[in-house]
Amino acid sequence: MSASSSLKRTAIGAVFAAAMLALCPSQAQQNTLKVVMHSDLKIVDPIWTTAYITRNHGYMIYDTLFAMDAKGDIKPQMVGKYGVSADNLTWTFTLRDGLMFHDDKPVTSEDVIASLKRWGAKDSLGQKLMSFVKEMKPADAKTFTISLNSPTGLMLQALGKPSSNVPFIMPKRIADTSPNEQIKEYVGSGPFVFKADEWKPGDKAVYVKFAKYRARSEPASGVAGGKLAKVERVEWRWIPDAQTAVNALVAGEIDMVEDPLNDLLPALKKNPSVKLFDGNPLGNQYTFRFNVLHKPFDNPKIRQALFYAFNQEDFLKAVHGEKEFYQVCKALFPCGTPLSSTRGMEDKYESNFKKARELLQEAGYDGTPVVLMHSTDLTVLTNLAPVAKSLMERAGFKVDMQSMDWQSLVARRSKKDPPGAGGWNAFLTSWVSADVLNPVGAGFLNASCDKAMFGWPCDEQMEKLRDTFARETDAGKQKAIAEQVQQRLIEYPTHIPLGQWKKPQVLRKNIDGNVVAPVTVFWNVTKK
Amino acid sequence: MWNYIGRRILATLPVLLIVAVLVFLMLRLTPGDPAAVIAGDAATSQDVAEIRAKLGLDRPVVTQFFIWIGRGLQGDFGESFFYKKTVASLIADRIEPTLALATLTIILATLIAVPLGTLAAYRQGSWIDRIVMGISVIGFSVPVFVIGYVLIYVFALQLGWFPVQGYQRLADGFGGFLHRLILPSITLAMVYVALLARMTRTSVLEVLNEDYVRTARAKGLPNLKVLVFHALRNAAVPIVTVIGIGIAVLIGGVVVTESVYNIPGLGRLTVDAVLARDYPTVQAVILLFSFAYVVINLAIDLMYTVLDPRIRY
Repeated sequence: MSASSSLKRTAIGAVFAAAMLALCPSQAQQNTLKVVMHSDLKIVDPIWTTAYITRNHGYMIYDTLFAMDAKGDIKPQMVGKYGVSADNLTWTFTLRDGLMFHDDKPVTSEDVIASLKRWGAKDSLGQKLMSFVKEMKPADAKTFTISLNSPTGLMLQALGKPSSNVPFIMPKRIADTSPNEQIKEYVGSGPFVFKADEWKPGDKAVYVKFAKYRARSEPASGVAGGKLAKVERVEWRWIPDAQTAVNALVAGEIDMVEDPLNDLLPALKKNPSVKLFDGNPLGNQYTFRFNVLHKPFDNPKIRQALFYAFNQEDFLKAVHGEKEFYQVCKALFPCGTPLSSTRGMEDKYESNFKKARELLQEAGYDGTPVVLMHSTDLTVLTNLAPVAKSLMERAGFKVDMQSMDWQSLVARRSKKDPPGAGGWNAFLTSWVSADVLNPVGAGFLNASCDKAMFGWPCDEQMEKLRDTFARETDAGKQKAIAEQVQQRLIEYPTHIPLGQWKKPQVLRKNIDGNVVAPVTVFWNVTKK
Repeated sequence: MWNYIGRRILATLPVLLIVAVLVFLMLRLTPGDPAAVIAGDAATSQDVAEIRAKLGLDRPVVTQFFIWIGRGLQGDFGESFFYKKTVASLIADRIEPTLALATLTIILATLIAVPLGTLAAYRQGSWIDRIVMGISVIGFSVPVFVIGYVLIYVFALQLGWFPVQGYQRLADGFGGFLHRLILPSITLAMVYVALLARMTRTSVLEVLNEDYVRTARAKGLPNLKVLVFHALRNAAVPIVTVIGIGIAVLIGGVVVTESVYNIPGLGRLTVDAVLARDYPTVQAVILLFSFAYVVINLAIDLMYTVLDPRIRY
């Protein structure tokens, strides 16, 4: 090729590129953060659903009375000062000065009480808290009291609950909506305002900075502290194709991908224009859930066998590969959290098939096949069921693994029918660690029979322990009770925790200030 | 003619009714429960049951069908289970990207494929013919998503000439609108170029040996005129049929391209709705697709009379 023809080609290319660029809208949007979240925002009522994307939306536009910081401690957020009477029966809270809703109206005690009532009717921890509540009443516009029938250690843990359902504060007129109806107005007092007129489901959700937000003076920590919005606008762009999302990030069209595919992480690590951010070190916890209504898992001893047959490494490695993205954690509550303990778990999770077989024999396992539901469309779950099947078969179980998409699994798991008639015996799922921090909040520990979550464990002793935990106000004693709960789980397994995993977020290098928290939040984030 | 059009339009009614019944039943028979999806992972069975009741999903299927069809006849296709927006407004939001992509694809494919196919027929057996047919085979064989990713890698990531993804509405500027549609349209057009070029070649070959073409040549008409006005026009009926079917397929079947290029069109709406078991949205979109098929088929039939005056209805 001659030098002149090469030059000609380059020139043509340059002219073409310039023409194409001229067609582009301006890219100088330094104050707009464009992010791809883990899911499309479909529902915008964070009390109506427990979906994590809706919870994240809640953190954008609403504020909370209390919040959990990076150390796991509960800190006041909207509350300025608070106190409890000597008999632990009356709590008094005063809101900070200057708190405003996005419609320019001040946040009042009545708004708070209405919001807590709606949340308390829907959320499991909220329901538990409300079972202690005698009365909630405003003392003045900014002060309110909560009177209890008996003392509880749940008050601050519940009001500062970081994950679904979060007790977000809404205006009374909105919070008065029945908890079984979706709200129709999206007015909060958080650091961002939801632009409902720009919300295009399946495409984007838009938030703009709330200029009148009164941030706390402390630095941002977890979901607590100063929530300073440092960009004018945040756009959640929904890009369902993981490869396209990453391509858009590399090309600079997107600033952040919250949930990149594991397969793409090695390539992204080498890319000079992006960086990985470990935003949620506690991550998530895998879980094997039993249905105790039907054979063979109606027998606790048969369920115990799986504590011996399983080992966490096989599950975690099958999905996440690299060790930096997972952690073996032989504990009921996530490692690195206050109630976590390995007590009683020392000889578990060793794939001791001999011991598992002995237990099956003692329990009189008759070879009834286990219908194991296998979710095939969520990459963080797909490889789990085949690992479980293999380990269970080596322990002597017969396993009928049935593959289906996640939504089919979600529908089927709520059926109490026998496995042969459309029901099920077991499936695997994952919890955000922040959802399973204590015996009351961890939904799978609920063993209240028909009222329990799908799987319907029924154990009076477990329920007593959970109730004792809820009544205990001393943190040290709570820890001891949590260990008893773990011991009871080993005797009466409602589920089997299978270790922790996390995924880094991927950001353009010009994005900074992201907060380490169990929820992806956008206050404090800057774009240079 | 008008009688024929009237009859055809009336004939769409039973077609749409059958589609409505089938879609409604298939959705109800498919495993999955929108209430469980809405409730989220931490919901109890009671939560799910309450949502089912709220959505009316606890009623008998027959009752649900008649409520839906009754409202549908009044033009009300209900509200999405998830978005709390009317299905009509969701479709209105998504129809522009799909129509834009389909239109540009068909224009590109027609402008490229018809001349290529005609040329291949005119030069049958030559290297031009072999190249055109070779390209056709590639267009058929390579999956659309592979073409899409390759084009993105070369023209968006390496050369930076086009954006990787996204759609800009026509109202926000024609330049940006076109700029964002070029790569997706080329990606989709590859398949249709292959199909259309082969169809054009075959049809033109058939008429090239006809007496009227020989007569035209004998009269001393230039080759181009013979090809365009005598050969191509008489070969047009099957070509127009393929183009028409292409439009219909593109309106409902561009899911992969919409996903790869992140275009919020009807295809993606359908897939999202199916995955979430958003019954009202799926039902309305499928009905819309069926209606589009029927209308496009009617338009093709009417087009025949323009292309070939011997055809009368």
